[in-house]
Amino acid sequence: MDKEQIKERVDLIRDSLIQYVPFIKAIGMEVVDADIGKTWTRVPYADHLVGNPDTGVIHGGVISAVLDNASGVAVRLALEEDQSIATLDLRIDYMKPATPHVDLNAFAHCYKVTKNIAFVRSTAYHDDIDDPIATSVGAFMLAANRAAPPSAEAMQALMSAA
Amino acid sequence: MEILKQAQDNDERVDLAALVEAIPYNKFLGIQVDQKGTEITTILPFIQQNIGNPVLPALHGGVIASLLETTAIIQIVYETKGAVLPKPIDLTIDYMRSGRPQDTYARARITKHGRRVMNVHVEAWQEEHTKLIAAAQGHFLIPALDEQN
Repeated sequence: MDKEQIKERVDLIRDSLIQYVPFIKAIGMEVVDADIGKTWTRVPYADHLVGNPDTGVIHGGVISAVLDNASGVAVRLALEEDQSIATLDLRIDYMKPATPHVDLNAFAHCYKVTKNIAFVRSTAYHDDIDDPIATSVGAFMLAANRAAPPSAEAMQALMSAA
Repeated sequence: MEILKQAQDNDERVDLAALVEAIPYNKFLGIQVDQKGTEITTILPFIQQNIGNPVLPALHGGVIASLLETTAIIQIVYETKGAVLPKPIDLTIDYMRSGRPQDTYARARITKHGRRVMNVHVEAWQEEHTKLIAAAQGHFLIPALDEQN
């Protein structure tokens, strides 16, 4: 893939993420930057994401959701041809609580793709990726649903029909 | 948390439904608690907002992970009668089936009750309990017994 193709894929994935995936829209997640097999995402701090009302710290589940999603985007950006994927497993290590009222960033890197499986590492952090809030490793099944990957047009048609 | 502290002071079990209601993210996902005796089941009623794949459609994996984690936390709070929420150390989630657009249930079992660390196993299913959609194994940090006031 050349730079232009990456940009096209990134735009497609970013648009389909934000416009057509209800949960991603609900937590306000966005793709900030991307490269082959790599993605940088952000979730702005929001009151409905809080897991401990005493401290205002966001719920561990939000971090799991963000790492899962960032990992999935990195897999799609590592594939020569877009195809449907599914998370097989995800191991998350929580290093420190997120700081209240600060946006959450996540970087994901799909470092190996085989015929059936893709392997990904991800990190959630605020400003410094070397001071992580949480890290994850995951495996994704490729062509998980034996169906053609949803194109942006197909997603659009589906959502407007709903 | 205030609600946990109050229950502890009164030497009562915390009202789990009220606890879930007091946590904004759980409320946002729509998580409910069903308690029959000492058996606790969490329920995640289907809502459109929790969809992660609109084509299948399927629940977002992160929503399922959040349900599993919350179920573990509730089980620990119930069994330890702690005044603070347990902190996740790690969580390993296996996804077996895609989450269909319907209600999801989860139940947790404490596999090892340590002094500071709890090892918990959690399962999530939909129509049939034997057909798990996901399971998780995780460690959670609790204040050591002698540190609790």
